[in-house]
Amino acid sequence: MKGILNDLRRGLWSENPTFRIMIGLCPTLAVTTSAINGMSMGLATTFVLVCSSALISLLKNLIPDKVRIPSFIIIIATFVTIVDLFMNALLPDLHRVLGLFIPLIVVNCIVLGRAEAYASKMPVINSIFDGLGMGLGFTWALTLLGSIREILGAGSIFGKQLLPEGTPTLGIMGLPPGAFITLGILMALMNMIAARQNKVS
Amino acid sequence: MNLLVILLSAILVNNFVLVRFLGICPFMGVSKQVETALGMGLATTFVMVVASAATWLIQWFILEPFGLPFLQNVAFILVIASMVQLVEMFLHKTSPSLYRSMGIFLPLITTNCAILGLAIMAVQGGYTFIESVVFGLGGGLGFTLALVLLAGIREELRFSDVPKPLQGAGIAFIVAGLLSLAFSGFAGLV
Repeated sequence: MKGILNDLRRGLWSENPTFRIMIGLCPTLAVTTSAINGMSMGLATTFVLVCSSALISLLKNLIPDKVRIPSFIIIIATFVTIVDLFMNALLPDLHRVLGLFIPLIVVNCIVLGRAEAYASKMPVINSIFDGLGMGLGFTWALTLLGSIREILGAGSIFGKQLLPEGTPTLGIMGLPPGAFITLGILMALMNMIAARQNKVS
Repeated sequence: MNLLVILLSAILVNNFVLVRFLGICPFMGVSKQVETALGMGLATTFVMVVASAATWLIQWFILEPFGLPFLQNVAFILVIASMVQLVEMFLHKTSPSLYRSMGIFLPLITTNCAILGLAIMAVQGGYTFIESVVFGLGGGLGFTLALVLLAGIREELRFSDVPKPLQGAGIAFIVAGLLSLAFSGFAGLV
């Protein structure tokens, strides 16, 4: 039981994919123009992560070692296609905003990374919770980045007006330079928090 | 004329890395030295040109005629992975020294989202065969340009006094943000 909780917790902070390991950065920067976009992208990736980790863990003894990477990629691409078609049918507006970055979950290094480093060696339950933890860690990072950019860039959060009408906003936050600079500053903040934690413990 | 517009647009106006956010992982990972950045950029450009030609043929001669466009993701990523493998084998045979200098970065090109992104965008844009290849070339050159620029700045950064928490990725992202700001000056060029 403790092991499962550890699997879940690892992705949330100590091995957080965005802030600590720094993988999966393309969608992190590209879709976080608003909080809701960031969260949706995070949840879509979480779904792919959990499903592909579970299936790869189930099949780990059947997949020959030499062709494991192509096999993993096909499994991942299948789940990504499912998400792509589902979102296109049920949430067409969101699908249009996230656009290219839904099919690009296939090459998100988080998914293949967990498959190779964890799911291909560990039991199914552990792999599912590992995928869930990594996915949720990715989701909170994207939601945080999206919220900051939305508040500073448009004065709203999750589409609701936060700052009073007429407050000057930074249009640049909604554009590519804002994404890079916000993430750079957030990384520095996370480094400071981690350094302080290390000092205390 | 049209081809020139596609090329310039892919290199400058819609730079793959700084404007479209594709290929950020190698952009951050392989930008510590100008020399490796240039090698990585050119290898990626080569794979992009070959992959854009191959995926165009697959899309319009296999997937569309047989009504299988939903297999696009699976088919494209497999083609790209085998292209990278081919390039790797070819380099290994013909130029072992170049192969050794890029060794570890070569297989990683498969998971560079700029390549799959390029293939999907070329299909969505309805490009002809020649246009797709030019688009691939422009995308690759734009990627190389951004990578070399960032590497040049990061080489200089080693001699400056950066606050400790910002060191490494933090300052690199802020530099990339400023580069991206500079590239937004190209908006409206074509």
